[in-house]
Amino acid sequence: MDFKKAAEMLALCDSNNMTISQVMKQRECHVFETTEEEIVTRMEQAWQIMKDSATEPTTKAVKSMGGLIGGEAKKLTDHRLAQKSILGDVVNKAITYSMAVLEVNTSMGLIVASPTAGSAGVLPGVMLALQEEYNIPDDGIIDGLFNASAIGYLAMQNATIAGAVGGCQAEIGVAAAMAASAATELMGGTPLQCTYAASTVLMNMLGLICDPVLGLVEYPCQNRNASGAANALIAAEMALAGITQMIPLDEMLECMYNVGKRLPAEFRETAKGGCATTPTACALCKSK
Amino acid sequence: MALISAFDVLGPNMIGPSSSHTAGASSIAYLAWKMAGGNIKKVKFILYGSFAETYKGHGTDKALLGGILGFKTDDTRIRDSFAIAEERGVEFAFEINETETDIHPNTVDIFIETEEGRALDIRGESVGGGKCRIVRIDGVPVDFTGEYSAAIVVQKDMPGVIKHIASAVSDRDINIAFMRLFREGKHERAYTIVETDGTLPDDLKDAILDNQYVEDVMIVQI
Repeated sequence: MDFKKAAEMLALCDSNNMTISQVMKQRECHVFETTEEEIVTRMEQAWQIMKDSATEPTTKAVKSMGGLIGGEAKKLTDHRLAQKSILGDVVNKAITYSMAVLEVNTSMGLIVASPTAGSAGVLPGVMLALQEEYNIPDDGIIDGLFNASAIGYLAMQNATIAGAVGGCQAEIGVAAAMAASAATELMGGTPLQCTYAASTVLMNMLGLICDPVLGLVEYPCQNRNASGAANALIAAEMALAGITQMIPLDEMLECMYNVGKRLPAEFRETAKGGCATTPTACALCKSK
Repeated sequence: MALISAFDVLGPNMIGPSSSHTAGASSIAYLAWKMAGGNIKKVKFILYGSFAETYKGHGTDKALLGGILGFKTDDTRIRDSFAIAEERGVEFAFEINETETDIHPNTVDIFIETEEGRALDIRGESVGGGKCRIVRIDGVPVDFTGEYSAAIVVQKDMPGVIKHIASAVSDRDINIAFMRLFREGKHERAYTIVETDGTLPDDLKDAILDNQYVEDVMIVQI
């Protein structure tokens, strides 16, 4: 069992009456000559790292190496615990946990690149928020991670996940598309609805540039992990409500890739445009 | 394109903050440590391109030193690699080269001296997503990734050496994934890199060494 396009993946889901996560697990076992037990164990290890990195900074602020971020996850947690959240618990938790992972990442902590280090917060943030709020057991989340990895695989196979190639839409955009699809499956959506959710995110984050201040994976990266997590939940909610999307995932991935390739180099991880060249960021460069 | 796994998407498990500047850097140095095959006495890193520009904020220096101490990309000791190197009596230095620009943006040269007296000069490139390539050994251009267990054979470029290496490998029922020869010139020093499926048996090194034209064998076990 193998697929190279979302349409092929959906056909496999359809003909075998399987979810995206089941098809992805079968592909993994088939292509890499391994067992389901082995890949599930590996995914459980990844999930443990994700959970730790998403929660540790919520009680103790972690300062980044570059000094641009630190303490955001705790502030959001305190805000929620003070009953002041305007988003509600699911979205507050999703953005809190996704920002937390970036605190851990930028302080040389252990994370899982998902799909990249700079976008590592989105998927754990969304998964952990859903797990806590809807009492989803770990094996359910593991399925969610396989679903997400199918979407990420399609992006790597047919487009890009590198900010240097396609801008932030390729990193946070793809991470959020992965999370949206996984969330949709976890909450009872069909494989087609999962791809609607992924398409929606790519559409809503289309054109997002990569412009890290000082060239570091800190700012605005951390903010955009939160934004990606929220976008993923918006897209999943729409898909689960029965809203369809006219542009299929394969076309949205190609579209994102084409937009990315046309972005000027200044907006692709070179720190030569966008937020990185605002007067405030430039002043910071000079002082460092 | 290589086949993409779920764990290429969700992975590597790594010490942050950057897959190319931190994880990729530590992977290059880890490979160099395996190739040196001994206790590191002295090491010097020369950083180029984007490594040279942003190494401090990405912990590239800590990651490189961690790799040379034998720490994998997800080893939390990477954070303390400077202190651990000092504790172990490893001499280390970092230099920046900003003049050479016609080069992959994330390149590092590593000069190693081991306690056992081996000197090794390796160039590596961090090619994205935590992946890396070794592109030069002691001045000779080579190309391998460290994704497979490998035997790196230093030899004189003479007839029969490849056959000897291939026999040593096939005698041990090892399946070769890739095998390539890189040489300085005809009858000069050459490198054969044999990348294989599975792990390499302990006696392979001695078997390959048993040839008058083979000078050295480095085993990189994954």
